[in-house]
Amino acid sequence: MLKLENITKRFGPVVANHRVSLEVARGEVLALLGENGAGKTTLVSILYGLYAPDEGRILLEGKEVRIPSPKAAQRLGIALVPQHPELIEAHTVAENLALGLDLPLAFSRRALVRRLAALLEGHPLGVDLEAPVARLSAGEKQRVELLRALLNRPRVLVLDEPTSVLTPKEVEGLFQEIRRLKALGLAVIFISHKLEEVLAIADRIAVLRAGEKVGEVWCQEADKDLLVRLMVGRSLAPPPKVPPPRKEVVLEVEDLLVPRHGFPVQGVSFALRAGEVLGIAGVAGSGQAELVQALAGLRPHQGRVRFLGKPWPRDPMSLFRQGVAHIPEERSMGVVGGMSVAENLALRTYPRFVRRGLLDYRAMEMEAGGLIQRYGIRTPSPRTPVRFLSGGNVQKVILARELQGGARLLLAMHPTYGLDVGATEEVHGRILELVQGGAAVLLVSEDLDEILALSHRVAALYHGRFVGPVPREEADRERLGRMMTEGRV
Amino acid sequence: MEEALLRAVLFGTPILLASLGALLSERGGVVNLGVEGMMALSALAAFAAALEAGPVWGVLCGVGVGSLLGLFLGVFAVFLRANQFVAGLALAALGLGASGLLGKRYEGTPLPDPLPEGVLAGLALILALGLHLLLSRTRYGLYLRSVGENPKAADLFGVSVDGVRYLALALGGGMIGLAGAYLSLAYRPSWTDGMTSGLGWVAIALVILAGWQPLRAVLGAYFFGLLFFLQFRLQGSVPIPSEAFAAMPYLLVILVLALSGRARAPRALGQPFDRGR
Repeated sequence: MLKLENITKRFGPVVANHRVSLEVARGEVLALLGENGAGKTTLVSILYGLYAPDEGRILLEGKEVRIPSPKAAQRLGIALVPQHPELIEAHTVAENLALGLDLPLAFSRRALVRRLAALLEGHPLGVDLEAPVARLSAGEKQRVELLRALLNRPRVLVLDEPTSVLTPKEVEGLFQEIRRLKALGLAVIFISHKLEEVLAIADRIAVLRAGEKVGEVWCQEADKDLLVRLMVGRSLAPPPKVPPPRKEVVLEVEDLLVPRHGFPVQGVSFALRAGEVLGIAGVAGSGQAELVQALAGLRPHQGRVRFLGKPWPRDPMSLFRQGVAHIPEERSMGVVGGMSVAENLALRTYPRFVRRGLLDYRAMEMEAGGLIQRYGIRTPSPRTPVRFLSGGNVQKVILARELQGGARLLLAMHPTYGLDVGATEEVHGRILELVQGGAAVLLVSEDLDEILALSHRVAALYHGRFVGPVPREEADRERLGRMMTEGRV
Repeated sequence: MEEALLRAVLFGTPILLASLGALLSERGGVVNLGVEGMMALSALAAFAAALEAGPVWGVLCGVGVGSLLGLFLGVFAVFLRANQFVAGLALAALGLGASGLLGKRYEGTPLPDPLPEGVLAGLALILALGLHLLLSRTRYGLYLRSVGENPKAADLFGVSVDGVRYLALALGGGMIGLAGAYLSLAYRPSWTDGMTSGLGWVAIALVILAGWQPLRAVLGAYFFGLLFFLQFRLQGSVPIPSEAFAAMPYLLVILVLALSGRARAPRALGQPFDRGR
């Protein structure tokens, strides 16, 4: 059905794709597996007419085609569900879908909704056509994206990391839909860096690394080890053992209440020892964000909090000085994208670089150079704006900055969200190093495997109340799931 | 009372027309701060054409010059992806300066056959309604709003972002040109340097005040029209310096803007769009 031959794409000196060849047949799901920055999205952008390839050709049903624009891709029957929903938030679902249709010059809203309803008749993915997109959940938004892609009856459907915004249940729904489309004869290209998903849905798996195709296997012949080796270029080390916690109590929280339109955190109490990781799971919006923000000094709270036996300092700067590090829930909150790596690294410690009232940039960049090396931050230079870095490297900048002061407590929220296998391993390594050094870690994550891998004790937040904690040995995915959704141990 | 309302409408009409023009391009994500200069140049062009060939040609010429100036702004704001605020301010200054220079020989010449104000005032109302329908009921309107909210998404859907924006600037420029023509052909049928007297800036403020809704702009324009009328009427009858009165509408613009709360602006307003960035 669709064939890519020797596609090469360069951005200046960077080679994003080097002689990549792929093929996908009618009724087949081809998975494109690779780490962040491996060139998956570039390849898709070429296929969808967003970039022109420098070399190579694209064949559709045996005929060579040129795809100069997204419109041309749509005409050829190639549809894309982009990685982040590209919807217009202010519009209704119907108006968003209408953009994918051939519209008459003028129309009434009612006629539009009727026409769309007719087109979507009998489709298993129902959505309210008249709802404004801004009110939909991430999963619903993606459903709208998928419906839009299907409106033009495509022959090839490209899904770019579609599961990154979905809950496990929604992922199952998406997979069912993919199987249905496959049965209808569509060729599906499924992009991901998650091994389990690729193994669950694909017929064939092509692995990209650093812009090149490094392997292609049938799904039956593939296993996780093989895929990791292809994708990362080495086997992963087994996760390091977490030593048992020490006696000393680092953080004591009693009856913590956080007000914000009501009380998203309602009387939470726990104690955290030196060298201990307490993992906190929870359905999104159960009070995790407010809990971490309150402890990080970003939100007022009531209740008693003691740190190393002293009252809790309430503002972020004193917190940092006394040894509290914070990885915020979104990376964009943790850095200033337009500022350089060196400047971001100095956001906590800049007073040290003041000479006669001015910042000594040479000293700042020297220091940054050291941190860049120690944390393995991949950046062209300390002066590069942070927004040009990949997610994993941004997270390393945040870690490097926060851990500078000799942290005694780390408040980590979603520390590896959206990171690929290699970067996740590095971040976990840093956190464990810290724990071995005797720091305490409060780990909030939606990734249950991450919580189970790192924590000594696990708890869940359920409607703002603490469920647990229970020792790690007594917890597994199922139990943690029950704690999250039913609120009982 | 009746007179007050009539004058409010007639004062408000140029504000309304210019405001609709700016609103149109802003819904597509392009800020137009050049309104004042565009109005001045099209007022002059309309006046000159009306002297030579009659008022109908005057109107057409005003609209045409407005459109061209809109596209001129588009060269910088869309094609070159320049900073829209700077480009707009430059256009405002350029338009004011150029109209003063080119208009020297028309200064003080009366227009033999002025246009009736009522016709253009009615046309402005129709245009407001038309713009409302254009935005809510047509393919182009949907594309325009999409481009103003999320040009990247619109591009992925296959909408030509640049094309939509050029057309918006041309159509909006035409309305701003009509506002200029109204000034020099109907409202005060003559040409004087600086005859726009800040109305373009009021129009830009009105776009925000109206929350980017054409029908609300109608009410806002007439409200400002009423303020201008009161300013003229109260001058002299109250012992306050006339300069204070002259400044009153502008002070009220600021006050009303500060008090009116924040309507949601088109999300991509002022951001140049570059595919692949």
